[in-house]
Amino acid sequence: MPIVMDADRIARSLARIAHEIVERNRGIAALALVGIRTRGVPIARRIAHAIRDINGHDIPTGSLDITLYRDDLMRHPVGPQPVVRRTEIPFSIDDKRILLVDDVLYTGRTIRAALDALIDFGRPKSIQLIVLVDRGHRELPIKADYVGKNLPTSLSQSVQVRLTDVDGVDEVEIQDP
Amino acid sequence: MKKDLLGISDLSRDEIYLILDTAEAMREIGQRPIKKVPTLRGKTVVNLFYEPSTRTRTSFEIAEKRLSADTLNIAVAASSVLKGETLVDTALNIEAMAPDMIVMRHASSGACHLLAGVCKSRIINAGDGMHEHPTQALLDAFTIREHKKRIEGLKVTIVGDLLHSRVLRSNVLLLTKLGAEVWLSGPPTLIPAGIERFGVHVSTSIEEAVAGADVIMMLRIQQERMQGAFVPSLREYFHVFGMTAQRVRGARPDVIIMHPGPMNRGVEIASEVADGPYSVILEQVANGVAVRMAVLYLLAGGQEGD
Repeated sequence: MPIVMDADRIARSLARIAHEIVERNRGIAALALVGIRTRGVPIARRIAHAIRDINGHDIPTGSLDITLYRDDLMRHPVGPQPVVRRTEIPFSIDDKRILLVDDVLYTGRTIRAALDALIDFGRPKSIQLIVLVDRGHRELPIKADYVGKNLPTSLSQSVQVRLTDVDGVDEVEIQDP
Repeated sequence: MKKDLLGISDLSRDEIYLILDTAEAMREIGQRPIKKVPTLRGKTVVNLFYEPSTRTRTSFEIAEKRLSADTLNIAVAASSVLKGETLVDTALNIEAMAPDMIVMRHASSGACHLLAGVCKSRIINAGDGMHEHPTQALLDAFTIREHKKRIEGLKVTIVGDLLHSRVLRSNVLLLTKLGAEVWLSGPPTLIPAGIERFGVHVSTSIEEAVAGADVIMMLRIQQERMQGAFVPSLREYFHVFGMTAQRVRGARPDVIIMHPGPMNRGVEIASEVADGPYSVILEQVANGVAVRMAVLYLLAGGQEGD
């Protein structure tokens, strides 16, 4: 199956996104990163690191588990419930400019759930969306502000993002059925 | 998970750890400015309590509300039960209104099993007679794990009215399943015959049972269930089996003291211990909400074999 991004390509994409963030937000005042579990969390941490390399500032970083906000939960209760993991946002999001981070943007339903979850924590000044891969096929009116790579896919394919922190290797692979 | 939570005896080690891990995630919800998630929106939970309860009923109701379930409390004192309706008829009538879960407490052991057999709703046992009180044992385990980072290999000493206690049964089943060394102590009249077969140590000397303990769990003297003279007097009970600061000194220096409530101060536990630095009694109550949220969430999913 084709590897569409390798470790070097991922690193360069995240570094570019870090530069775009600094440029578009005129510095980093009131910015905060929130990664969606599982793989949005290490990506958020890497972006925070990249921004520190650019201007020496630390951006608060949290992690968000959206399981309890999923729109498919309880609709077809077959099999065990999805595992709920901890949400850790150790700062107030009120009046912050939140950078929401996920690995793959697909239907947009995860992001919808994440927006609902975030609003329960407070009233941010704004929310922007960062994704490593945008594979298309949106089912909701959601668009990313920063994209590592646009990846045209068919509905039958699946996109696997692997990161060293979770999977032992950095790569993005397209899998055919 | 199975359809119902009737007791710890039905749970595997993995299921117990799944509940405890899920409770870790649920606890954070209680610390948010908006303490509510939409997870059980549109689900109806009936709290059917045939025995008085403050802690457990409040805890379940808060857990249900934090998960956005619609909750309904049936206090038996104000219901048709007093007109002579049987438990099964009451349950079937409630069931006709299509709730999703029924949380029940009843004075008869096995009442929840009876209901689980006739109801399609999921049944959660909130205490049945002298049998089990699974969510109490789960929140105790959660509290122990939080302080000790493990349960396996700990010496856990349980002291008090062992005979009438459903909390004891559920705790013994859970703690032995997870590999703790369980010691029990109390007056011989309040020790159930054959309890050693559950893989626990029994001693009528509280000093021996407490020696080197990591956890001390005190049980209430349940005067309402005592039909007969089990102890000569409450003052004598306190003298021989009450947990005092002096007796706590026999345990490990980092011991934690637990009590499922309601406490009889000056009977099974001295106020200096209940309010002292080793006491985690109010933490148990706080953790109860997170553990019950975890149970409600996990039971709301599909069943084994679906």
